[in-house]
Amino acid sequence: MTSSTPHHPARRRDDRRAAWWFLVPVLAGFGVFYGYPAVRGLWYSVTDYTMLNTPSFVGAENYSALMRDGDFWNALKVTAWYVLLNIGSQTLLALAIAALMHRLTRSVVLRATLLLPWLVPNVTVGLLWMWLLDTNLGFLNHLLGTVGIGPVGFLSDASLAMPSIAAINTWSYTGYTALLLYAGMLQIPQYLYESAAIDGAGEWRMFRRVTLPLLRPVLALVLVVSLIGSFQIFDTIAVTTKGDPVGATRAIYFFIYEEAFRFFHLGYAAAAAICLALILGVLTAVQMRLLRASRSDLA
Amino acid sequence: MRRRFSPGRVLGWTVLTVVVVGSVFPFWWMVRTAITPAADMYTDSSALLPDNPTLVNFARVLGLTSEAEARAAGGSGAHVDFARYLVNSVVYCALIAGFQTLFCAMAGYAFARLRFPGRDLVFGILISALMVPPIFTLLPNFVFVKELGLINTMAGMVAPSLLMTPFAVFFLRQFFLSLPRDVEEAAILDGNGPWGVFWRIALPMSRGPLITIGLTTIVWAWKDYLWPLLVGRAEENRLVTVALGVFLQQSPNTQPDWTGLMAASTLSVVPVLVLLVFMGRRLVQSLNFTGSK
Repeated sequence: MTSSTPHHPARRRDDRRAAWWFLVPVLAGFGVFYGYPAVRGLWYSVTDYTMLNTPSFVGAENYSALMRDGDFWNALKVTAWYVLLNIGSQTLLALAIAALMHRLTRSVVLRATLLLPWLVPNVTVGLLWMWLLDTNLGFLNHLLGTVGIGPVGFLSDASLAMPSIAAINTWSYTGYTALLLYAGMLQIPQYLYESAAIDGAGEWRMFRRVTLPLLRPVLALVLVVSLIGSFQIFDTIAVTTKGDPVGATRAIYFFIYEEAFRFFHLGYAAAAAICLALILGVLTAVQMRLLRASRSDLA
Repeated sequence: MRRRFSPGRVLGWTVLTVVVVGSVFPFWWMVRTAITPAADMYTDSSALLPDNPTLVNFARVLGLTSEAEARAAGGSGAHVDFARYLVNSVVYCALIAGFQTLFCAMAGYAFARLRFPGRDLVFGILISALMVPPIFTLLPNFVFVKELGLINTMAGMVAPSLLMTPFAVFFLRQFFLSLPRDVEEAAILDGNGPWGVFWRIALPMSRGPLITIGLTTIVWAWKDYLWPLLVGRAEENRLVTVALGVFLQQSPNTQPDWTGLMAASTLSVVPVLVLLVFMGRRLVQSLNFTGSK
């Protein structure tokens, strides 16, 4: 990684003392707010801590209780449903937008406009869409009303609530994802398109044969990052549905949040957080393998 | 590449236009609702502009009207002061972005250039934190900040992100690794120590990445919700995001104060819009940076 240059006297130094000063703030921040709480979180997960008592060791009780807790499984199930809807729609849309921009324009104004929904806090996005989707006065129901479709309870209907949340976040994150993919497409050498055009390939064929295969490493990376982010859906739900109706939007982050700060089951919440970390770890590992497999594809 | 007019291109531009309208129109509807008098909510047409535009909703969420006036304009009567929440959010973002960028640049430089035992091991441990979902450390951090008596203080709110994030350290280390060494070597021969090289050579050469990471940090800090919700719920520390949530809760469930809520939402977007207008090119390029890595 670092190239050693043995002929160079200046490079033979040991920078131990200087390095210490460079690293003090970051090491302190890491130790106090990452390392220490990680150890504490592990400890809480095997105790009956409620924030009001002195925690006492209960072994794997929290974990076995989780395995028997229907609400926990429901939280995992609705989270998976959300991730599937959100990542699916967001990635496909972003890919389409990126490909169109790539072939049509380099406009910075267009890109900045597409970024706007991402720059806005999720809380604002949640409120805004809660208003647009409002059953009585919302703009979308007004539109549907003009074509004779009765008011739809986008966020209050149990089967529509999670798809609505997924759609809201897709609205918010698609532009951002599209710009990441677009940046990846700019790396693809232009002559490949020119020679494909000379061979008489149409746009669709170029997309299938040139863009998609060469984009795969970037696409895979973007997928890993947005998948992990998607599992952590919280703000939109906390503002709009608060896990309702009947747990249909009670995603895992919201489940952990409520266990910890509403019911004060801190030990239980910590155990659930560790389960989430394990799930994300496995998913990342699986995706990283796919990523590496696709990287060899590029050469 | 230049191409002639074709049905495909027309279709492509049509789709992009729809996407742009779809991205922007909800914001217009937000502003439009914010300038509608609350009394008109049921009678108003759904034209692009309200029948009787007004700024009273902005005045009342900024705390510029008396309680009676706010109530008359559709408020719940609870005190709201978004001027203060906006200031809080700006201070929060500035503190985090400033300190975090500086400290992570120092560490990134040390990991990229300095030699010391255990360097790669320490770096590996820092980076492993990227794999841990934030809520896992959030629970004990909340207990810790509570033990320190820092609930409802700006110090408690910024503490966990003030000194570092693993991503910024990683990002800046990668950048410093890519810098050519020659200039730094020359500076060392001129008698500069590691600090001199860092301040006089490496930092000035890294303006682009520093701005990239700084802007990204500002955007994320502006969007922060869960942590400030737990630690900064008190009126005087409330960030805009937390205040929006509280405002919604104060508003009657049966008929939310939509005009006031949309005025407040609009205010939460204004700073971001300013950032986009002045730094749009930078922001867009910062994505190129992360996207092509």
